[in-house]
Amino acid sequence: MDLILYEAQRQGRISFYMTSYGEEAYIGSAAGLVNEDVVFGQYRESGVLLYRGFTLDEFMNQCYSNELDYGKGRQMPIHYGSTKHNFHTISSPLATQIPHAAGAAYALKMEGKKNCVMCYFGDGAASEGDFHAALNMAATMHCPVIFFCRNNGFAISTPTSEQYQGDGIASRGIGYGIDTIRVDGNDVWAVYNATKEARRIAVEENRPVLIEAMTYRIGHHSTSDDSSAYRSKKEVEDWERLDSPLTRIRKYLERKGWWSDEEEKAYRKETRTKILKSFSAAEKYKKPAIKELFEDVYDKMTPNLVEQKAELDELLKKYPQYYPSVQEHAQN
Amino acid sequence: MSGLTQYRLANTLLRASRTTSPSVSYRLFHSSSSHNAAENPPPAEGFLAGLAESKFMKRTSDEVFKNPELESVSGGETKKMNLCQAVNDAMSIALATNEKAAVFGEDVAFGGVFRCTLGLAEKFGRDRVFNTPLTEQGIAGFAIGMASMGHSPIAEIQFADYIFPAFDQLVNEAAKYRYRSGGIFDVGGLTIRSPCSAVGHGGHYHSQSVESYFAHCPGLKVVIPRSPIQAKGLLLASIRDKNPTIFLEPKILYRSAVEQVPVDDYELPLGKAEVLKPGKDVTVVGWGSQIYTLENAIHMAEQQVPGLSCELIDLRSILPWDVDTVVESVNKTGRLVVAHEAPKTAGFAAEISSTVLERCFLRLESPIQRVCGWDTPFPLAFEKFYLPDRVRCFDAIKKAVEY
Repeated sequence: MDLILYEAQRQGRISFYMTSYGEEAYIGSAAGLVNEDVVFGQYRESGVLLYRGFTLDEFMNQCYSNELDYGKGRQMPIHYGSTKHNFHTISSPLATQIPHAAGAAYALKMEGKKNCVMCYFGDGAASEGDFHAALNMAATMHCPVIFFCRNNGFAISTPTSEQYQGDGIASRGIGYGIDTIRVDGNDVWAVYNATKEARRIAVEENRPVLIEAMTYRIGHHSTSDDSSAYRSKKEVEDWERLDSPLTRIRKYLERKGWWSDEEEKAYRKETRTKILKSFSAAEKYKKPAIKELFEDVYDKMTPNLVEQKAELDELLKKYPQYYPSVQEHAQN
Repeated sequence: MSGLTQYRLANTLLRASRTTSPSVSYRLFHSSSSHNAAENPPPAEGFLAGLAESKFMKRTSDEVFKNPELESVSGGETKKMNLCQAVNDAMSIALATNEKAAVFGEDVAFGGVFRCTLGLAEKFGRDRVFNTPLTEQGIAGFAIGMASMGHSPIAEIQFADYIFPAFDQLVNEAAKYRYRSGGIFDVGGLTIRSPCSAVGHGGHYHSQSVESYFAHCPGLKVVIPRSPIQAKGLLLASIRDKNPTIFLEPKILYRSAVEQVPVDDYELPLGKAEVLKPGKDVTVVGWGSQIYTLENAIHMAEQQVPGLSCELIDLRSILPWDVDTVVESVNKTGRLVVAHEAPKTAGFAAEISSTVLERCFLRLESPIQRVCGWDTPFPLAFEKFYLPDRVRCFDAIKKAVEY
C-alpha cells in the first residue's frame, strides 16, 4: 500500500503521502492491545489501523478525499480516523495528541472501563511542550495511558543529535515518575511484549507507561521530502538490508515452517491485486458535496455560515465557467 | 508562581479593586490570605463607578422574573449571589446533573484563587474536582482528550492572560476536532473558563481581554457574562452546548456584582445579544464589565443632551455574535458606538463595525465610533487613562449624535 500510494503521489494522483518503511514492527504494539483501547496517533501509524481491520478501501478513500472519506475530504492524505476502530483522527500539529491521550485515559478511568489509551509520537514531537505537559499530567492524574515513542533517528532532516542531548526519550520517563522501557523497534515480538505488559500496568494499576522503540526511518519523511539531501543512500540501504523488521519476522516465520517462498509470492500477488482494486475504486468516486465545506464547523451551521454557503452557491451559479471542478463533487 | 502566591495576588487584586487608596501596591505585597471574603461577600463598592447602583442588577425576585428568558424557572426561589457564587452554583449544578462533568485547573481543589470552585471538591470528590500541574497547554489538551471521549470537562485557566500557552490546543485542536474528522469525533463537551479584563491594578498579565484572538477561530464559541444571573445561565448553556466554548469572566465583577439569582437550573441562549435599554438615537454595544461603564456614559449623555435616547446592547456572545439584533438596532437609530477594553486595532469592535457598515450603509448617519483600549500593552500606573472609561464613551456618544 505504501509503495502504490507513494507512486500515486509521484504521478500527481493524490496530493501527499507518508510511508512507514522501516517502522512496520509497530504492528506488534497494536497486537498488544484490544480493540476497545483508544488510539491517538501522529501520522506514521497506519499499521495500527491495518491491524485493527481498517480496510484498504477506507485508506484509499481518505487519501483520495472522495465522498466516502469519513473526514469528508477536509484533511490532507494519511490523516485517518475511525470510530469503529477507536482511532482518533490524526491532525498535523505535532504532539498535540499526547495530552489528549492523557485526558481520554482519565475519562476511561472515570467510566470504570478496563481499557487504556495508546498514544504514538516521534522522537521529534517529544521536544514539543505538549509532550512534557502530557507526561506530567498523566503521572500526577494516574491515567491508564501508554506513551509510545517511535524513535527513528530523524525529524524530517534533523538527526536526534540535534533533537536532544540526553539518553533518548526513555530517560525522561523516569523523571516524570513513569515506568519506562526501551525496545528494539524492528523486533515485532519485543514491541508486542513491551506493549502487553505496559497495558497491564496501565489498566490494572492506573499508571502511565512510556515505551521508546528504537528504529530507523527508511523512507523519506514524506512525498515533499528528498532525504538524500541530508543523509547518505548507503546508510539507508544498510538499514533496509541488514535490519528490516519485515525481513526479520519473515525469517522467524520461515524457521518455524509457517511461511515459504511460494506463500510469499502468492501473498504479494494477492495483496497487490487487492490494493490496486481499492485504489482504482477510490479514484473513481466523486469528491464530497460542496456543502460539506460548511458543515461540522459547529454541531449546527451558525447564521453566518448559512449566509456564506448561500454566497458561494450564488457565485457558482453566476460563474460556472470558472468552477468546472464543481462536476467532480457529489451533488448536495 | 506558586498557587498560594497566585491566590494572594488574586485576592489582593479584588480587595484593592474596591478601594482607590494609594496603598494598593503596599497591599499587594502584604495581604493576608483570609478566606472569609467569599463566605461574607463585601458590599459592592468596586472601582467600577456606579455598579452598585446599576439599573441592570436585579435586586428582587419580581425584577428577576420579569425577564422572559428566565420563564423556565419563573416563580422559583432566588438567592443573593455575587458573580463568583453564581459561577460556583452553575458548576455545582453541572456536576450534579452530569456524571461525566469534571472541574479542574490550577488550584481549583481548595476553591480556586478567586473562590469560584469553593466547596465543589468536598461535594463531588477529588476525582471530579482536581488540581492539575501548572501547565495551560496541558490543561487544555487534557480537557480536549476528555471531551473527545464524550465527557464534559470544565477547565479553568487561572487568568485569561495565561491562556496563550493553550492557544495551539484551542485553535488547532479544539476548534477543528469535529470539522477535520468529518463529524465522527468532536469535543463539544469542552468548556474553558477564565477570569478576564481589568481589575484596577492588574498590570500587563492580570488585565487582558483576549476575546478577539479567539473570535477569529471558526469552531469555538466565546461567551462573556455581565452579571451573576447572566453568568449562571450562560455558563450552564456553555457547559451543555455541543461545541467547545471559552467562557470569560470579568474578574472585577466577581464580588462587586451582586444580585438575586434563580436557585433552579436554567440556561441563557448563546449567540444571542440582549437589549438592556431601548432607545432611538444611538446604538451602544458592549459586553462584560464594560456594560456598566456604558450605562454611566449613557446616563451622562442623556442628562447633558436633552431628549437623547440611547439603546444599550449587551452582546454576551462574541462568537458566534448576534448580527441581527445589532443590525436591527442600528437600522432604527442610524448611529453606533462600540466599546471594549481590549486594544482597538483588530479588536472585536472592528468586526462589528465593518459588518454594520455592510448591512446598514444607507441608514448610518454618522461614522461608527469605536471606544477601546489604546494599542499598548495593558499598563499598571496608567490604567485610568488606558481604559475606555465613562468619559471617553460619553464623548463618543456625543460625537455620534452631533456629527
